[in-house]
Amino acid sequence: MDMRPRSHPTWIAFLVHRVSGLLLALFLPLHFWALGTAIQGEARLEGFIRWADNPLVKAAETILVVLLAAHLAGGLRVMALEFLGWRRRQKDMVAASAGLALLAGLLFLLNVV
Amino acid sequence: MSDTSQARRARGQTHLWVVQRVTAMLLAVAVTVHLVTIIGAVRGGLSAGEILGRLQGHEGWLIFYVVFALAAGLHGAIGLRAIAAETIGLRGRAADITWLAAGLATAAFGIRAAIGLYA
Amino acid sequence: MAEAASLKVSVWRGGADGGFARYEVPARANQTVLDVVTHIQREIDPSLAYRFACRVGMCGSCAMTVNGRARWTCRTHVRKVVDADGALELRPLANLPVIRDLAADLAPFFDKWQRAKGSFQPKDAPDGAVPEEFAVVPPGSKARREADAGIECIGCAVCYASCDVVAWNPDYLGPAAMNRAWTLVNDVRDGARAERLEAVAGDAGCHSCHSTQSCTERCPKNLDPSSAIAGLKRTLFWDTLLGRR
Ligand code: HEM
Ligand code: HEM
Ligand code: SF4
Ligand code: SF4
Ligand code: FES
Repeated sequence: MDMRPRSHPTWIAFLVHRVSGLLLALFLPLHFWALGTAIQGEARLEGFIRWADNPLVKAAETILVVLLAAHLAGGLRVMALEFLGWRRRQKDMVAASAGLALLAGLLFLLNVV
Repeated sequence: MSDTSQARRARGQTHLWVVQRVTAMLLAVAVTVHLVTIIGAVRGGLSAGEILGRLQGHEGWLIFYVVFALAAGLHGAIGLRAIAAETIGLRGRAADITWLAAGLATAAFGIRAAIGLYA
Repeated sequence: MAEAASLKVSVWRGGADGGFARYEVPARANQTVLDVVTHIQREIDPSLAYRFACRVGMCGSCAMTVNGRARWTCRTHVRKVVDADGALELRPLANLPVIRDLAADLAPFFDKWQRAKGSFQPKDAPDGAVPEEFAVVPPGSKARREADAGIECIGCAVCYASCDVVAWNPDYLGPAAMNRAWTLVNDVRDGARAERLEAVAGDAGCHSCHSTQSCTERCPKNLDPSSAIAGLKRTLFWDTLLGRR
């Protein structure tokens, strides 16, 4: 794809929103399956959570937290345009969304390790 | 295609959009709560006992997660529908019904998990 | 900036399956991209097809893809788009059939203005007759300001060529047609509000717009079709929820 006409902040925000939404939607069934192990008792859930102590899983969870925060902030920006007609500060809102996503990831990481 | 069937389809598509935005507004609140809980919960390590201690027998959390699961299932499926339409050209009534069913199934799966954590 | 003495211009030749031809054009001060194209046609190859009329940014007929971005060529200065190496790449507008060389076929673009009910339907005079009385429209009213914001469109199709959703869904009405529709939805003298909102609803209309704002970013008249489409979504959202349609 020719990226020359697709380099403005709101286009990149669209791409991030689409990719994060896609990955979150794919994560959802996995998440529900993992939490569903509690139906077979606390021990099964505990077993899963101990498996998730694996650094690779922690890294994936951190990425998911960043994606979730990015999708949240980006979605609010889109709806601010759609429902409130906030058109002027869109680029600042893109930057603020990125900041919020990174902050959420950082907090998660600091608390995990 | 006749004008009226075109209008009817546009109406259905508008409804899907409305559902996606209403669920997005619900999710905005739910995800904020969820992120704060997650970041709080992982402090000092996560354990099944800790999660169940928070959720077991608490109707408030059960209702929260049921609404959350329903909103996320529908919102995600309608989002995937747009991506599939625009990248692989998957469109039409049959596809729409399948996406809705997938969204509701995902939501049911989540509600099942939420009940598991509550009971 | 150091400027090259000549421009190395790659120009699309032929139809959709054509290719680039290369030309050397002398670089001049205050040269527009349209000047470059005109130079090629007058001095190098008279068979080059392209379109222009006013040369002052009013008619909207001269738009092309310049170094990857859709632009009006009569008001685009070469120095703004060319690096020190003097390379210029010209193609016809994207998302439209190619007639030949730099001329794209704008018929689908204008057909969609029709589909979006882009023509004014006077409320008090059904057959387009001149109404008895002048309508009183306070210029400072909210509706009039919304309408005024989109009224200066010159129909250049720069936004249409820049929109990904047009490329992904051939039925999608596109930014210019919906910018026009929003202008008319806000025109208190217009009587076709309900039909027009019906025409822009759904996947072929405003509900497929992803607010990438490429249209707003590229519009040479600094219009904001993305916000106009957001206005249509907002109106349809409340009309649908409150059962007004
Ligand atoms: C029925 C709805 C849901 C339930 C019952 C639920 C429950 C939980 C629980 C118990 C945790 C562990 C941390 C904690 O104690 O809070 C967690 C973590 C997490 N949840 Fe959810 N959640 C739900 C929906 C969602 C949704 C819709 C998303 C977004 C797609 C999501 C994303 C995450 C992420 C990224 C984590 C951290 C990573 C992890 O521990 O796996 N959750 N959730
Ligand atoms: C945190 C609250 C959320 C908000 C405010 C939100 C908001 C939005 C909005 C406004 C859109 C439409 C964007 C567009 O038309 O381009 C969207 C798309 C989408 N969302 Fe969410 N969303 C949220 C949570 C989620 C969750 C938890 C998931 C995963 C299940 C998800 C998955 C998707 C997908 C797959 C899309 C389609 C993306 C696209 O068309 O490019 N969203 N979201
Ligand atoms: S904001 Fe909407 S209409 Fe404008 S370029 Fe993006 S998708 Fe197309
Ligand atoms: S909205 Fe702007 S870019 Fe689109 S046709 Fe009108 S003037 Fe050209
Ligand atoms: S020639 Fe008329 S707008 Fe460029």
